[in-house]
Amino acid sequence: MAKVVVLGAGISGHTAALYLKKLLAKEHAVIMISPNSNYQWVPSNIWVGVGLMDPNEVKFKLAPVYQRKGIVYKQAKGISIHPEGSSVHEKPFVKIAYVTEEMQGKEEDVTYDFLVNATGPALNFKATPGLGPDLYSNSVCAYDHAHHAWHNLEKSLAKMEKGEHQTFLIGTGHALATCQGAAFEYALNIAFEIDKRKLNHLADIIWISNEYELGDFGMGGAYIKRGGYITPTSIFTASILSEYGIRWIKRAGVYKVEEGKAFYELLDGSYHEQSFDFAMLIPGFAGAGLKAYNKSGEDISATVFAANGMMKVDADYTPKPYEEWKASDWPSIYQSPYYDQVYAAGIAFAPPHSMSKPMESPNGTKIFPTPPRTGMPSGVIGKVVAQNIAYRIKTGKKDHPHTGSMARQAAACIVSAGYGFTKGQAATMTVSPIVPDWERYPEYGRDIEATVGVVGLAGHWMKLFMHYMFLYKAKAKFGWSLIPE
Amino acid sequence: MATIQERLQNKPYAEYAYATRPMRMTMFWRRCLIKQFYMFWKLNLKIMMMVVKGHN
Repeated sequence: MAKVVVLGAGISGHTAALYLKKLLAKEHAVIMISPNSNYQWVPSNIWVGVGLMDPNEVKFKLAPVYQRKGIVYKQAKGISIHPEGSSVHEKPFVKIAYVTEEMQGKEEDVTYDFLVNATGPALNFKATPGLGPDLYSNSVCAYDHAHHAWHNLEKSLAKMEKGEHQTFLIGTGHALATCQGAAFEYALNIAFEIDKRKLNHLADIIWISNEYELGDFGMGGAYIKRGGYITPTSIFTASILSEYGIRWIKRAGVYKVEEGKAFYELLDGSYHEQSFDFAMLIPGFAGAGLKAYNKSGEDISATVFAANGMMKVDADYTPKPYEEWKASDWPSIYQSPYYDQVYAAGIAFAPPHSMSKPMESPNGTKIFPTPPRTGMPSGVIGKVVAQNIAYRIKTGKKDHPHTGSMARQAAACIVSAGYGFTKGQAATMTVSPIVPDWERYPEYGRDIEATVGVVGLAGHWMKLFMHYMFLYKAKAKFGWSLIPE
Repeated sequence: MATIQERLQNKPYAEYAYATRPMRMTMFWRRCLIKQFYMFWKLNLKIMMMVVKGHN
């Protein structure tokens, strides 16, 4: 009997756990360790953040799903991994700490044959003083944050109803933040809600971003076929922002937030501040804080994890200049190079480098987006890891027949505003592959035939459709595995 | 939210004053149910094919 432990029940970890259970015979154990008792469909948090959805509509309890599927669920936080075992345990194990009220503080060593680290990101609000829902800005990174953001947004809207002018600052809250797409979508939704209430004359909406050009989205931008031209996403994005009446500040690294004020440095080295009444700023991401120890108890975290706390996998981490980056630098099986039975899926894996060109201000501040790994790629990586582990358990072989490099995978980004059958509108962008491959596609870095940028109702319907479809899939209901990631 | 003209007057050559804007016909097609219904299936199919082809 083999024992597979999955750390983290986000999109990647949950997908991996469900596929492992489906692919493996009953005698094998799949153990899910996650501190959160709920699964959340993160892309729909945007709708929670503008009051169009209740948090209960974007989440569900994990325990009943795992009980039905025969997955052992421990509501606990991973503390450390011990891939060589210890003086007590011959087998490798994970040290966990329970977070439930009745078992609070209790620790356990969970042994494994295979480990999937899918801990996702730690939202690093502390990297920007004053940032975060407990201080002076809002967040939509989790359903409770989004709910809190909606309460604050409601207050601003109420002030506008009384004739008061309001400034909204939306974007990235750290010089190296990612997830521009989510913040961008939130900005459009706020603009839509203000327009719906006919309060445009009282609003100043500002998009602030660490992107060198608009539409970079952490992917180094893209080219799309549009209106008879091959158009960069910077033009596409500027057009959308302009249409919604949003002005922008780009190449900005927010370094401090105070009540009603954000401080930022531009790539030219100048320092500025922007006042606001409501701010939603995405924090930087860090690793989940897992430690790693060898058999004799020595800390090997610096070997197993990259400096940002994400786990190293089968990528090429050799430092090299942007001009020498290759698609083949990116991992395809997500296996630790140091420990054969350890894999990292979703945001937990350390990318070899960014996709956007690294930029540095004259003051030495790095200001550019780090690469996104959320949503579609996370799900695909979780599936690929599960397929390979199941293959290894079934055959006893060490090879990996399944691959899913982000330099091969495509992704769709649907930035939707409004809500309803005829009321919504979305910008739908697809890129293939996610990581530009200049050797394969020397002209544009990506397959221009597969790369799309369109605006319309259809994208909004897709976003709604995906909300229900992916929650259905995550609940592992009948036919769930037929729905692609 | 200021108009393009107001923006140009207040801050000449500001980037946001030069963004492309959709015209009335573009706005119509974005909301035309027949076209959008077709686009919905077209985009769904395209994305599904891309996801399936992206890993093995």
